[in-house]
Parts: sequence; C-alpha cells; structure tokens
Amino acid sequence: MNINMKNEQAQLAAKLPETKPLSGNEAFAQGAWEAGVKVAAAYPGTPSTEILETVAKYPEEDIYAQWSTNEKVSLDVATGASFAGVRSLCVMKHVGVNVASDALMSLTYIGVNAGLVLIVCDDPGIHSSQNEQDTRIMCQFAMIPALEPSDAQEALEFTRLAFDLSEQFDTPVIVRSTTRLSHTRSPVSLGDRVEVESRGFVENPNKNVMIPSNARTQHPKLLEREKGLREYFETSELTRWEKGDAKVGIITMGTPYTYVKEVMGDASILKLAGSYPLPENKIREFAASVDRLFIVEELEPVVETQVKAMGIAVEGKKFFSRLGEFSPELIRAGFAEAGIIDKATIQKDWNVSQTIRPPVLCSGCPHTSSYMALRAINARVAGDIGCYTLATVEPLQSIDTVVSMGSSIANAIGMAKAGGDTKPIVATIGDSTFYHSGVPPLIDAVYNDADITVILLDNHVTGMTGGQDHPGTGLTLRGKKTHRVDYEDVIRAIGVKWVKKVDSYDMAAMYQTFREAIDFKGVSVVISDRPCVLDPLKIKGPSLEVRSKNCTACQVCMNLGCPAISWSDEWYDGHHKVKIDPQSCMGCTLCAQICPSDCIQAV
Amino acid sequence: MNVEKGKSNLTNVLVVGVGGQGVIMVSKVLALICQSNGFQVKQSEVHGMAKRGGGVFSHVRFGPEVWSPTIPKGEADILLALEWAEGLRWINYLKRDGGLFIADTQKIFPPFAARNRNRGADVGYSPETPREILELVGDGYALDATSMANELGNLRAANTVLLGVLSMGLDFEPQEWLDVIEQLVPANSIEINRLAFQQGRDWFAEMQNIPTADRHTAPEIKPNEIVQSVHGRVKLEIVEDWCKGCDICVKMCPERCLRLNGEMIAELSKPDACTGCRVCEWLCPDYAIKVGMLPALEVVS
Ligand SMILES: Cc1ncc(C[n+]2csc(CCOP(=O)(O)OP(=O)(O)O)c2C)c(N)n1
Ligand code: SF4
Ligand code: SF4
Repeated sequence: MNINMKNEQAQLAAKLPETKPLSGNEAFAQGAWEAGVKVAAAYPGTPSTEILETVAKYPEEDIYAQWSTNEKVSLDVATGASFAGVRSLCVMKHVGVNVASDALMSLTYIGVNAGLVLIVCDDPGIHSSQNEQDTRIMCQFAMIPALEPSDAQEALEFTRLAFDLSEQFDTPVIVRSTTRLSHTRSPVSLGDRVEVESRGFVENPNKNVMIPSNARTQHPKLLEREKGLREYFETSELTRWEKGDAKVGIITMGTPYTYVKEVMGDASILKLAGSYPLPENKIREFAASVDRLFIVEELEPVVETQVKAMGIAVEGKKFFSRLGEFSPELIRAGFAEAGIIDKATIQKDWNVSQTIRPPVLCSGCPHTSSYMALRAINARVAGDIGCYTLATVEPLQSIDTVVSMGSSIANAIGMAKAGGDTKPIVATIGDSTFYHSGVPPLIDAVYNDADITVILLDNHVTGMTGGQDHPGTGLTLRGKKTHRVDYEDVIRAIGVKWVKKVDSYDMAAMYQTFREAIDFKGVSVVISDRPCVLDPLKIKGPSLEVRSKNCTACQVCMNLGCPAISWSDEWYDGHHKVKIDPQSCMGCTLCAQICPSDCIQAV
Repeated sequence: MNVEKGKSNLTNVLVVGVGGQGVIMVSKVLALICQSNGFQVKQSEVHGMAKRGGGVFSHVRFGPEVWSPTIPKGEADILLALEWAEGLRWINYLKRDGGLFIADTQKIFPPFAARNRNRGADVGYSPETPREILELVGDGYALDATSMANELGNLRAANTVLLGVLSMGLDFEPQEWLDVIEQLVPANSIEINRLAFQQGRDWFAEMQNIPTADRHTAPEIKPNEIVQSVHGRVKLEIVEDWCKGCDICVKMCPERCLRLNGEMIAELSKPDACTGCRVCEWLCPDYAIKVGMLPALEVVS
C-alpha cells in the first residue's frame, strides 16, 4: 500500500509560512517569553510540567523561573512580581488550582499591577491525575476570564494576548489547556519578544490590601470588569463566526473545536475565546441564524448552562458526555445520535485479546522495599501521591487510602485518634510531596501527640512528573546549586523525637527500623533514603541473574513487582522458575535479599 | 451534509509500544519528514505513566490541513507496533480497507500478568499468533526486528529496522528518512542505523509478494501453550504446638496466604491462594508446617 501524496506537496510548500513544530506546552512558554514575562513560577504536575521546563531554556536575563514548593506558593510569587511591576507567569495542573485557590480568590479582587497570567492544564480522561475537574468552573467562580486555545499556534497567541488583557482589564487571566493540547506537536509560527518596562511598585493599599472595607469596594469592580470583558469578546477576533450550513450551528472552543472541524466542517461554527465571560449578543445573533443550535464542550456544561440561562434553546450534554476526553468519533456519534448526520455504520470490532499492562514501579525503584516491609508488618497505610501510589495494586498492595497531595499524614492522625484499629497506623509520603504539603500536618501530629509512624520516601527527586528538582535536592529549576533544605533538620526542628534514616536497599534494616518506629509511642519518622533509579540520572548497577539450578519456583521475588523479573521456561514441581532480564535489572539486590534459596546472584 | 469532507487527503499513522521502547522517537522521525515535505503535521501523545512500563501511543496525522490531533478509531492508514500485544490492543484503530499493520513480534510481558502462580495458569499475554493476526487484518507484516538489529550488532537499532519497513508503506524517499535518522542517533551508530534501515526495506520487499499470512519471521508457538501439569490440591498442615509465632512464614509466603491468629499461631487464611510452593515448609525453623498434595479433583466436563 502506498499513499499518494507527492502531487499536493509542491503547492503546499509555497503557501506555508516559516514554522516550527512545537508541543502545546512549548508554545505556551514561547507565548509567555514573547509577551515579555520577567518572573515565572510553578509546581510540576502532568500535563503542565514542560511549560516551565521550557521557560527555563530562555536566557536568564529575559526570565527568572523557579520551581515553588507548591501551587499556592507559586501563585503568590507571581503575584508578588506583578505587585513589583513586571509581567509574571504561573503554571499548574488542574488540581493545583485547589491548592492555590485561597490566594486566587483574593487576587481576583486585587487585580494586577503588571500583567499576571495563570496557565492551568486540565486532564479530561484522567490520563495521569486524581480527578478530571473542570477549571472553567473555577474561572467563573473567581470571575477570572478564561481563554481556551485549540492548538499550539493559539496556545502561543492566546498566552501573549492574555498579558495585554490582564493589564487592560486589571485582572489575572487564566489560559486553560488540556492534556491533548499540551502534548500535541504542530507547526507554530513564532514572533519576537517585546520588552515591557517595569511599572515599579504602585503604592495603593486600598487596592492591594484585602481587608473587609477594601474588599467591599473592590467587589463591585469585578462586576464592571465582567461587563467590560463581555463587550471585548463581542468584537474580538478571538470570537470567530465561521459561516456555513445554516441548518446546524455549533458553539465550541478549545480542543473540541478541532474535532468539530474534522467531523462537521460544513456547519456554521461560533468559536469562542473561552467559556467566561461570554459575548452574549454574538451568541444570540448566532443562535437566531441557525435552525438547530449545539454546544460542544469537554467536561462540564459551563457554556451550555450560561446560554440556557440566556433563554436560548440549545443542545449539548444530551449528546456529548460530561465524562472523559472527547475524540472525533465521539463527536460523530453525538451528531449521529442527534439525527444531524447518518449513523456511522458501526464496524464490529475484531475480537482480539487484550493484555493488561498496568503502570508499575521501575526495576530497582527505591520505594519497593518500604511497601514490601509494610505489607509484611500488615500496617494500616495512609498513602499519598507520587510514583509510590503504584504500590496500591498487586503485588505490593499495601496502601489503604490516597486522597490528595499531602493528605497522608493528617489522614493517619485521624485514624489514630479514632482508635480501634488493631493495625499500626502509618503514613507514607514522597520527598517532593512532603515539602509541598506534608510539613503542616507533621506539625499537627507533633502538636496533638498522635501515635503514628511517617515513612518519608526520599528518592531525591520529584519522580512521577519526570524528575524535577525541589527544595530537598539542592538544585534550582535551571540546575544551579542552591540551599538544600535538609529533611532531618526540619523534622527534628518540628519536634519529632524519633527520626531515623535507613538505606532503602537494605531490606532487613528497613523491616527492623519500621518495627522500631511503630513501637515508639508518639510521632516517629523513618527516612527511606535512595535516589530514584531513573531521574535525574539513570543509575544502573551490575545486573543479577537467577542460578536456575537451585530455584524452587517459589516466586517470592515476584512479590517485589520488579518488572525485570519474569517466568522462565524452566519448571520446578509444576511451577515456572524465574529469570531476570539483564537489560532492565538495575542491580538493587532486593530480590537476592529475599530469595529463600539464595539463587539470585551477581552475573 | 458531507461529513467526510476534507478528510480524504489525510494520512494517519499510529505508533504504539511500551514505555521506554522509543515510540515517541519513531513518531518524531516520521513527523519531521512530513514537515520537511511541506505537510501540516500533528503528533499527539500522552506522557505521564509512560515511564512506568505502561502502554505508550503516538498519533501522527499529516496532509494539507489537519484538525483533530487524534486519529479516529478505524481510520489509521498504518498501525506500527513496537511490541506485539500493544499492536493487538490498538488493532481496531486500523482502517478496515487498505490499512497496513506492521508489528514487531517482540513480547514484553507485564509483570503483573505473571502473578497467577497456580499450576498451569495462563500467563496473561495475548495468545494470538502473527499468522492469525495477519490473516485478520488483510495487509500486514510481523517481524522480529530486535533479532535483526542484534545480528547487525546493535539491539538499539531495532526501531530503525521498523522505520525501514514503515518507509516502504509511505511515499518519501529513503534518503529523506536517513537524513532525519542521522540527526537523531549518536554519531558512532550512524552506519549501523543505515544498515538497519536498509534491512527493514529489504525484508519488506522480500515479503511483499507472498501471501499476507506468511509475512512474518516469528516462530509459530502460542506463548501460553505450556505443559499443563496435573492440577493437584494443596493440603497445608500446621502443628500448632510447635509454632512459636516467629512470623517468618507469614512474611515469606509468596502468595501471602498465611497469617498469625489471635494466639500468635500461624494459620492458612487464604487456602485458595496457596500454590503449594513449600517455602513455608522449608523456612520454618521449627518444622511446624508440612505441605502435601491431594490428588486432582475429577474434571467435570
Ligand atoms: C495538587 C497537585 N499538584 C501536583 C500534582 C502532580 N503530582 C503528582 S505526584 C507528584 C510528585 C510526587 O513526587 P514525590 O512526592 O517526590 O514522589 P515520587 O513520585 O518521587 O515517588 C506531583 C507533582 C498533583 N497530583 N496534585
Ligand atoms: S521513576 Fe524513580 S521513583 Fe518513580 S518508579 Fe521509577 S525508580 Fe521509582
Ligand atoms: S536486583 Fe532484582 S529486584 Fe533489583 S532490579 Fe534487579 S531483578 Fe529487580
């Protein structure tokens, strides 16, 4: 099969402007740089992480960029920079907004001095998150304009424009991305950076200090701002009416716009800049011009509810789910269901088997031994968010609860205070998560004298999101050496009396230390200490092998869930013996330590 | 209303595999070639769990104008799988008429799949053979690119072999592929990658004219055609008087089917999970556990 394409190439080459393929995230960074941003701060979180990593590739003289300890801190840092008179950027994933929301809700009353833009990446379909909340509801709630680009080119342009809007309307602006947009690479034409002069700090306590009397005078200004933005979007180029077949009108924005174009390219389309505030007149006019009106928006019916409140008959969530990520085939199915297009002849799937392939901890992951020990001890484990959350499933299966980042320690306090559990109460928390939101609950535990054990899983990096630095690594976002905030110092300073550091690759020491810690009445902390084998550097020791003559196929080693260990073709008493893949073995020796027949040895 | 408008000029290539195999790299090569040929290209993937051994996929779409970043189900012109079971997972994304299936027959077993340790248990890996799948899809190729690369002296060139095969299904010049590949591989492996690429092309050319079902290099064994042993039932005896509650068996049981009861005596808490591996029997310092086998139950047909 050869796909014929050459004939179109020549015509095309002439038409296209000079472009560069960028992922949505790279385009966001470029947009911020072009807008003259001076200060950028973020806490990593999939799918937003690469935005600040890309910002950090621009010259230091142009932009100061930092990882913050958590999202609230990052927003406060950006706010400070805006106060001080320079354009600032803050980036987070959707759930980060929950952490930052206290600051955000006040910031919206204050507004900005120099432009402040917050890029938030949602995760419809929950590819790598704890939920799929819709940030657009947050925008409405905080009365902050939401811009929703649909591809990388718009990611760049909307971001650049967002800074102008922020200053023009005295408001923080949220640019909302989704996993699909952030991680799709497409051609983008680039612009130059505008250098924006610092406005300097403007002393204006009535605006900048949120005490009740000031808040009361600021609140009505938000309503006016909303009105102004509404008018702006009525005539803005971002509100785009693409005239087509008048039988069907579709209001859409963001990534769903691309699916609509693919499936319903002939319909009349009103592409919105975002979901709040809406250009109501334009929408009325559009609605009146078509026979049947639809809204295609991912996740919650944010625009639909507003349009319905305007008294306009519109169909949306009836045909396009509130759950998960959209795709062209879902949009096609929705319009078929609505009777607009022919029901696509649904092909019967080929009946082919599916191999279950859940994500697992890496071979040699230093978190493995902690959960191996906890499972043996049969503890009640309050878990947290990071790579180690994967120990929730077989074979380690030793985490009982996971709520949100930093919840583990306080969840454990509650369990301990409730009493009645015969199992020892343990919280496990990663090093990055500990500084993100684990310190206040640890103080709480000491203050309230909770009888819990905290296992601090120190793998010297933010693993889950791809190896970012944090206050415990001693390196900045740009890789420069800086102060390392020492865990033991912090924990002792908080007042924890029982603290011990132990090598994560020493199974017996881990088990013994955990038992001692659990026996201690009060707060005890064990620091399980070994670097992540993948990030920032791949750490590969000499690999081990199974001397299969002695292997009794007990498969104890497989309890580690190490992906390097699998069944071999040899048998013992009806069971598979095991083998180790030398390519993926990291040489952590944990399997050798627990093998009862001593048959796992150095190659 | 003409739904299909504007779509016919698009080419959809779906690249799939397991984290760490280089799915993103392979699709990047393709995207760069399309780009340099003046096409609009969208390349879409989802990072996140990729590093943790989960499945990885990358949609590459190119043509005069591309809208959706993802390929609709049933519309992939080419499905390129770097791992066998991942190819099967995405097979329904392939176009029914004229879709081209290219898969490495390499099997990466998920660790979790190997967890059922009962005698004769299923390995938890797709059992379909290359022949079966090739017959199903109508136009396809299944090759052991890893061995081919290994013979050339560099395992890592396996993806380049696959790119060679892929290049035969698309209309770009071989030299264009090589130019892009050379930019992306280490300088000292350029020559081997050149050979690997040609190897892929030669192999495709050789297979092209034989019936689809025969276009594979992998041996015809079903992965879970294993010797079924007689399924015996396990009988575990614990001499309570000899047990001092040291916990060793509880900790070391691979199936975690033992526990200490209220009197700190070991007991079998999950009899169904016990596979009779005898670890507890060997490890008990007090010889308090004995594992025996009862004859297999009669199979009721
Ligand atoms: C509020 C919030 N912010 C960010 C994230 C994204 N996220 C998930 S795990 C994680 C980091 C975990 O790092 P660490 O605690 O060091 O554990 P590791 O992954 O290294 O084992 C982050 C940032 C999130 N889930 N929730
Ligand atoms: S990335 Fe690091 S912390 Fe995460 S599973 Fe792998 S080894 Fe463990
Ligand atoms: S030493 Fe054992 S447990 Fe560690 S990575 Fe190698 S096979 Fe896995």
